[in-house]
Amino acid sequence: MSVRLQSEPFEPGDLLTAFSAGRGETGAVVSFTGLTRAEQGRTTTLELEAYPGFTDGEITRIGEAAAARWGLQDWLVVHRVGPIAPGEAVVFVATASAHRREAFEACDHLMDYLKSRAPFWKKEHGPDGARWIEPTDRDRTDAERWET
Amino acid sequence: MARVLLFGRLADIAGWRDAMIDATSLTGLRDTLTATDAALGEALAGPGVQAAVDKAIVRGDVALSAASEVAFLPPMSGG
Repeated sequence: MSVRLQSEPFEPGDLLTAFSAGRGETGAVVSFTGLTRAEQGRTTTLELEAYPGFTDGEITRIGEAAAARWGLQDWLVVHRVGPIAPGEAVVFVATASAHRREAFEACDHLMDYLKSRAPFWKKEHGPDGARWIEPTDRDRTDAERWET
Repeated sequence: MARVLLFGRLADIAGWRDAMIDATSLTGLRDTLTATDAALGEALAGPGVQAAVDKAIVRGDVALSAASEVAFLPPMSGG
């Protein structure tokens, strides 16, 4: 049940191995790894800004709500901040539950939240300069799927 | 005095991201910032820009103390 914001690259396989270890009562672990896209050369660096103490607090609140809604045994969010190169992992989410459906849905839900509403500010650096990115309509409608 | 933090494009517009500014209320702080930098003032009043005091989102006016940390947050983009 934790959130980590870090500027250092991470190895998704290592995170999944550690998260899955020692689980006698867990039937399902679902994980998602998000990578940074190069966008056909338009993005040379992605820069993510967080508000330490606020961003992790908000993600924790959403993680705890998801854990209660789907009866998760455990969850983990690892998110990069600072400059990130195309091809590098930017986010890792893992969920653990007794049965698979809850772990799948909670992981999907957490990613929709992280992609659309989590307190990050995203700047794309490319050959034509830098620009701030706001959430897309697709991100918003993905997140709204869970509002029932 | 309050510690003021700007995030995202707000910091680019202002040219700073962390400053100590004299203010006893959030409204007073907005007025001071607008008086010294009209472009920043306009951006702070723009759609979707929120304020957090001591890491909690606030709406309307609140009193600030010397130990207050005020953050102005543009629309959150997600990761």
